[in-house]
Amino acid sequence: MAGKTLFDKIWEKHVVNNVEGGPSVLYIDRHLIHEVTSPQAFAGLKARGIKVRRPDKTIATPDHNIPTMDQHLPIHDELSRFQVNKLKENCEENGVQMYGLTHPYNGIVHVVGPELGLTQPGMTIVCGDSHTSTHGAFGSIAFGIGTSEVEMVLATQCLMQSRPKTMRINVEGKLQKGVTSKDIVLYVISQISTGGATGYFVEFAGSAIRSLSMEARMTICNMSIEMGARGGMIAPDEITYEYVKGREFAPKGADWDKKLAEWKQLPSDADAKFDKELTFKAEDIEPMITYGTNPGMGIGITGSIPKLSDIDKASQNTFKKSLDYMGYNDGDAMIGKKVDYVFVGSCTNGRIEDLRAFAAFVKGKKKADNVVAWIVPGSKQVEKQAIEEGLKEALEAAGFELRQPGCSACLAMNDDKIPEGLYAVSTSNRNFEGRQGPGARTMLASPLTAAAAAITGVITDPRSFLS
Amino acid sequence: MPIDKFVTLESSCVPLPIENVDTDQIIPARFLKATTRDGFGDNLFCDWRYDKNGNPKADFVLNKPIYSGEILVAGKNFGSGSSREHAAWAIGGYGFKVVVSSFFADIFKNNALNNGILPVQISDAFLAQIFEAVDADAKTIIKIDLENQTISVPSRSISEKFDINPYKKKCLINGYDDIDYLISIADEIEAWEAKA
Repeated sequence: MAGKTLFDKIWEKHVVNNVEGGPSVLYIDRHLIHEVTSPQAFAGLKARGIKVRRPDKTIATPDHNIPTMDQHLPIHDELSRFQVNKLKENCEENGVQMYGLTHPYNGIVHVVGPELGLTQPGMTIVCGDSHTSTHGAFGSIAFGIGTSEVEMVLATQCLMQSRPKTMRINVEGKLQKGVTSKDIVLYVISQISTGGATGYFVEFAGSAIRSLSMEARMTICNMSIEMGARGGMIAPDEITYEYVKGREFAPKGADWDKKLAEWKQLPSDADAKFDKELTFKAEDIEPMITYGTNPGMGIGITGSIPKLSDIDKASQNTFKKSLDYMGYNDGDAMIGKKVDYVFVGSCTNGRIEDLRAFAAFVKGKKKADNVVAWIVPGSKQVEKQAIEEGLKEALEAAGFELRQPGCSACLAMNDDKIPEGLYAVSTSNRNFEGRQGPGARTMLASPLTAAAAAITGVITDPRSFLS
Repeated sequence: MPIDKFVTLESSCVPLPIENVDTDQIIPARFLKATTRDGFGDNLFCDWRYDKNGNPKADFVLNKPIYSGEILVAGKNFGSGSSREHAAWAIGGYGFKVVVSSFFADIFKNNALNNGILPVQISDAFLAQIFEAVDADAKTIIKIDLENQTISVPSRSISEKFDINPYKKKCLINGYDDIDYLISIADEIEAWEAKA
């Protein structure tokens, strides 16, 4: 019998039953909720006259629809305020713990889960948000769900899911200087497209992945949805255990020892079979930048936008529409392109290591006058740490301002919108049309590439600043 | 809440031959502030459909009166991106009961099915034939038969089989929903929890 994958082991441990000819009933260990995709689910429970079945396995934090300035004041936007208040009301009625605005644990749901130790290896974790895949970095099955599914989990702590196929993506070798985990994932998506992993759960492996910190691993798993994957995951190891240990909700004492022994059994067996396996060389990866309107439209920063004639005939119209939106021509080089905004933050790159990397880069330099920069920490804890470590001060000295935590300009539900027609280098995850505001033009990149753009005011290879 | 039953559908369609239509296009994030499921259809494809003053853009397909019907036919990789079920509510709210494409993103597919909207995945070649037929005659009728899992264009005498999970098919034909099923096995879930 062939060995089992990391995915198989966790999945099989959580199946309550299998519906004939259909999906499995999967038990959920952790359910994270936020204000945008939960109100209709709570309304559904109410209509059925039932309450949240396991409030102890449910955690809420408003993040999508909140301002990143003056969070101590009532939310100015009426609809946003109503939605955030609705979350509070729903949580109170159901005994669900919520970390509201100004609470020291508030933040983007996918930053909060890991930093509080709520995210642990071997768990099943869901949230009504596609970037739930972030938590897979700990060796858990974590994926985004729709609101009907949020209602299912609130009502029963279970979900009906068809078992996805498994894929392993290996990244082997040593990364060049100035190349980060964001570049790895943008590179992989550029190679396999935004639908390349649809239908699969992806395990990231290989020496380049193993060498990454937990936060860097989270960035990769976070964007696995951008290749279409149901989720991404990385086998837990010493780096994982070290990160989890001692966090607020991490197991303690004898319970820790027991869990640790279980977690050590999770990595895929040597003879495990995947439905698909791909391998990339770390040395081939440059700092990446996107030029189009989906995350698969990325190139190495020194490269040029593909020529229309090199695109599949059937896809040429879509490609042209995308370049028209961006105001670019096929064949253009990206270096030197104008930048109006720089956004550092989001569940992809809004953690302390990201802020450290950005702050270290801009230290002793000055923000370009033509650039508006929004530096948004992923959580209150990240904000606090940034202040304590002197990052806020270093940023301010270089002409940058640290805002308050939230999803912010990643999806521009609040006031943090990039104006129509302007160009933003963003450390977030999506460059879709209008994603960062109606008519906004987004280029996805790492915090280092964002820093280089913020200093020079144009797209710049961050390696030119690194000795 | 039971979903609408779906057995067969015969309708003209609205063609959208664009690839990788993401859920931010289907319903932009700024419309996600609502706390009910209603009203999203008015803002379906909002930024393609209206200019910034709210006037319909004449060149977008939803604003071309010659196209109508309960079937949306779109380019490959439809529904990628965000997990927002609001995308399915917008499509359903507008009046579509079926979305046809050669490839769907996973979460969108689940969200559609949970709202009684049938995603019909067909080959790239068959999709191209539909676009061609609708280009020649905007009133081209498309037939969907869920029981037999076929999609056909009678005027061209072409048809193709499509896949659907047998459980989901049963749910759609009978108007069942997953939550009712899960609630009905509460004892089993409790027993599982007790031994886990």
